[in-house]
Amino acid sequence: MASNDSPAPRHRVGSDRWFYGCLILLGGSYIVLILLTLLADGVYVLMEIFLHGQWPAVRNVLVSEEIWYATKLSILSSTITTVLALWVAVPIGYLLSRFKFPGRALLDAILDIPIVLPPLVIGVSLLILFKTGGVISNAIAEKTGIELSMPIDFPYAIPGVILAQFLVAAAFAVRALRLAFDEIPFRKEEVALTLGCTRGQAFWRVVLPEARGGLLAAATLTWARSLGEFGPILVFAGATPMRTEVLPTSVFLQFSVGDLVGAVTISLGMVLIAVVVLVVVRVFGHRDLAGRALR
Amino acid sequence: MIELSGVHIVSGSFALTDVAFSVPRGAYAVLMGRTGSGKTTILEAICGLKRVVAGDIRFAGENVTQLKAAERGIGFVPQDGALFRSMTVREHLEFALEIRRWDKPRRHERVAELAAMVGVEHLLDRGVVGLSGGETQRVALGRALSFRPAILCLDEPLSALDDESRQEMIELLKRIQRDTGVTALHVTHNRSEAERLADVWLRLVDGKVVDVSSDAVSSDAR
Repeated sequence: MASNDSPAPRHRVGSDRWFYGCLILLGGSYIVLILLTLLADGVYVLMEIFLHGQWPAVRNVLVSEEIWYATKLSILSSTITTVLALWVAVPIGYLLSRFKFPGRALLDAILDIPIVLPPLVIGVSLLILFKTGGVISNAIAEKTGIELSMPIDFPYAIPGVILAQFLVAAAFAVRALRLAFDEIPFRKEEVALTLGCTRGQAFWRVVLPEARGGLLAAATLTWARSLGEFGPILVFAGATPMRTEVLPTSVFLQFSVGDLVGAVTISLGMVLIAVVVLVVVRVFGHRDLAGRALR
Repeated sequence: MIELSGVHIVSGSFALTDVAFSVPRGAYAVLMGRTGSGKTTILEAICGLKRVVAGDIRFAGENVTQLKAAERGIGFVPQDGALFRSMTVREHLEFALEIRRWDKPRRHERVAELAAMVGVEHLLDRGVVGLSGGETQRVALGRALSFRPAILCLDEPLSALDDESRQEMIELLKRIQRDTGVTALHVTHNRSEAERLADVWLRLVDGKVVDVSSDAVSSDAR
C-alpha cells in the first residue's frame, strides 16, 4: 500500500433528518388514523347527548337487557373460544415449527383458508356442513333405523357462536404460536433429551414454559379476534336477541334500524372492554414474565 | 470408553462416511477440525441427537447406536449453553435429577455439591437472563454433570468467551475431569484450548477422524 498518499478527502454525507422524517410521517399517519376514528366515536356520542338531546338513545342502550346479554355472551364465548383455539393451535404450531414432513406446505395452505376466506362464506359453509350432515344422518336413520344425532345443537345456538369464532380465531392462534416456537432454539430441547427427558417431557418442561410470552400473545390475539367476529356468527348462529346476539351483532342491528347513536355507544363499549382486557393481560403477563426471567 | 466404528451419518446434503476412533476411559479427548467439517455432527451422533445410518457407537463395550439420547447418559454442553430461560440456575442443576425422580434431600445435596464444583453458589436463585458468557457455560456444565454421566460431550463450549473467562473455564474443565474421572470429548477449532486440555488429540480431516496424539511432540503435526 502506498503510504505516501495524501489522506482521502473527508466523505461528506447529507442529513439523516429526511430518513427519520419519512419514518415518522409514514408510520405516524396510520397511528393518527386509528386514534382519530376512536376519537370521532367519542366526540360523536358526546355531541349527540349534549347538543341534540340524544341521551335517551344512549340510555336505552345502557339499560337494555338484550345488550347486557350480548355483552356477557361476547365475553364468555370469546374466552371459551380462546381456550379451545389454544388446544389445537399449540400442537399444530409446534408441528409446523419443528418438523419437516410431506404435506407440510399443504397443511400450511389449509391453515390460511380461514384467514383468507370471506367471513360470510365461512358462515355459509358451516351452515351447509351441518345441513348436509343432517341430510346424511336422516338418510341413515331411514335406511337402518339408527338415529345419529348431535349431542348439542350448533346452528342458531350458542355453541354455533363459539364454533364460528373458533374456526377463524384458531388459524390466527396457530400463526402466532408457530412464530413463538420458531424463536425457541431446538438445541434446548436436544439438551433436555440428553438430560433424560422424553420428547413430551422436553416439550412440557422446557418449550412450553419458554413459550409463555408467545402463548399469551396468541391468547390475546385470539380473544380480540373472537370478540370482533361478526360475519360467520350472523349467518351460522343468527342474531336472536337473548340467545345468539353478540356485541358486533348488536352494533349491526342498531345500525340497520337507523339508530346510529346506539350503534356507536355499543361500539365504544366494545372498545372499552377490549382495552381493559388487553391492558390487564399485558400488565399481569409481562410482570409475570419479567419476574421469572430476571428473578 | 467411547468407540466409533464405520459410522455413517447423513445430515441434510452433508454426509460423513466410515468415521472411526476411540477415546479411552477417563481421557480428555479434543476433536479439532475446520468449521463445517462435521465435528458437531459427530458429537450429535454420539449424544443420540443425530441418526446413524450405519456403523456402531459403543460406550464401555456396550452398543448404544440404537439408544435414545435420554438413555445414553451423556452430559452435553452445547456451544452457547442453551440454558432454559424459564428456570433459575438451581432449577437447571436440579432438572435431570427431577426427571430421574431423585428425592428432595438428595437433590439438594447434589445441587450444593455441583454449585461448589462449577462455582455458581452465588447465582443459584437467579434467572439465567443476564448471566455472563462464563457464568452461562458454568451453569451448562453443572447441568450436564448433574446426573453423574460417565461421558461429557462439549461442543465448542469456550468459543464465545473472553480470554479471561476462557482461561478460568479451561482450569475448571481440567480440575473437574481430574476429580470426577469423566471421559470427555471436546470439540473445538481453537488450538491453544486443545493444547492445554487434550490427553487424546483427534483431527477431522476430509471426513475422517485421525488420532494425532502421538505426533503431539511436534506441534506442526497438529
